[in-house]
Amino acid sequence: MSLVELHAIYKSFGELEVLKGIDLRIEEGQVIALIGRSGSGKSTLLRAINGLETINDGTIMVAGKKVGDRDTDLLTLRLNVGMVFQQFNLFPHYTALENVMLSPQVVKKLSKAEAKEVAEEMLIKVGLSDKMLHYPDQLSGGQQQRVAIARALAMKPRVLLCDEVTSALDPELVNEVLAVVRQLAEEGMTLVMVTHEMRFAREVCDKLVFMHQGRIHESGAPEDVFANPKTPELANFVGGLAGAA
Amino acid sequence: MSEFTLWDIVYNLALAARWTVLLSLTAFVLGGGVGLLLLMARTAGNPWAMRLVRGYVELFQGTPLLMQLFIVFFGLPLIGIDVSPWVAAMLGLTLFTSAFLTEIWRGCVESIGFGQWEASASLGMNFRQQMRYIILPQALRIAVPPTVGFSVQVVKGTAVASIIGFVELTKAGTMITNATYAPFTVYGCVAVFYFLICYPLSLYARHLEGKLRHVAR
Ligand SMILES: Nc1ncnc2c1ncn2[C@@H]1O[C@H](COP(=O)(O)OP(=O)(O)OP(=O)(O)O)[C@@H](O)[C@H]1O
Ligand SMILES: [Mg+2]
Repeated sequence: MSLVELHAIYKSFGELEVLKGIDLRIEEGQVIALIGRSGSGKSTLLRAINGLETINDGTIMVAGKKVGDRDTDLLTLRLNVGMVFQQFNLFPHYTALENVMLSPQVVKKLSKAEAKEVAEEMLIKVGLSDKMLHYPDQLSGGQQQRVAIARALAMKPRVLLCDEVTSALDPELVNEVLAVVRQLAEEGMTLVMVTHEMRFAREVCDKLVFMHQGRIHESGAPEDVFANPKTPELANFVGGLAGAA
Repeated sequence: MSEFTLWDIVYNLALAARWTVLLSLTAFVLGGGVGLLLLMARTAGNPWAMRLVRGYVELFQGTPLLMQLFIVFFGLPLIGIDVSPWVAAMLGLTLFTSAFLTEIWRGCVESIGFGQWEASASLGMNFRQQMRYIILPQALRIAVPPTVGFSVQVVKGTAVASIIGFVELTKAGTMITNATYAPFTVYGCVAVFYFLICYPLSLYARHLEGKLRHVAR
């Protein structure tokens, strides 16, 4: 049984059909990279997996259970599936520690002491033991994104979705965030990430999924997909990247 | 000529100013409470509640405060409820204040970026939790300066209560003028009193604005 199973997912914004029948299985411990051109539907797909977009058709199963449209289903989904955003979206009025503690306390009803313990553990994990009492506006972009990762991890999700987590960062801050993601992957965390860092994807991911015009156009092991793309669209995409680099 | 000295004028105005302050405070506190309820109704996502609150706000923003007071003062007796000038003034100003504060606060809530809603949702929070822990604490910080600023409008708004016979600062000024025939002196003093109440509020609002910290921009 896969951890997350997507079956025939469709999503439109008005007239614009953005997801056109997506089937995807996410296995426990798997690290998946979603790649594709701008507008191909990568973010929409991730957001749908987290319940931030309501889908028009299709089913999402988490740990063998179908996600319905009741509020409790959505909550269950989100307890299993964490998300990290391109723009960090930290809560500016709370310290790093409070950002990470809040949901375990409020949503999971942990005691303050328990929540603090989890939060400290996660902040240490992302290398921010000395920044716990800083507010987001006192942290660099890379540090903020690491807090955001710690915040998602503190809920102990079974899958972590990462949408271009380094795209909003200055180049010199990209590596500290990628290092954290790499460490998570090595520890066996299940990850689905949208990324433009092809080298990183190649090194860290088990599976590469190429999206094109709202469909999964091609997928497979990174070496294969990069070395012999089967479709001209992927060849084009990969070639375009090489050209740009 | 008159038996009123300047000191008598000031003393009597000071007594009346207490009613201006009390009326302002009452309207502000009650209006704030009603405004908060309306704000929740306005943002919770029920389209009917949203439309209703919007209509309410537009009604009060689109008519003069004086008319609102007249309607409360002369309208309620028509349906069999007799109201004293004090109750009418308080009721009218409370409604007026609630409409404006709802609108000010709605702006503050909406200035909180969509990312805050999404991040908190993705962490499993429901609407009530999002409001309580994420949106309102931030909106309130942003809201304090304009809210304090608006309190000045409420203080000045209490002057219209004089027209329905409620004896606050302006009405007292009119009464003293009728006795002294010294409108310039009396209304000059009235203006000074208003200024003494309002100016510190304006200053305070400006000070608070400079102190905003840890808010998303
Ligand atoms: N809320 C929305 N309303 C309307 N259209 C939307 C909305 N969100 C996304 N779209 C459209 O859906 C399409 C897919 O968007 P999506 O963000 O999923 O692409 P993406 O693959 O993540 O692109 P990028 O690499 O630029 O992030 C785009 O054409 C986009 O304009
Ligand atoms: Mg995107």
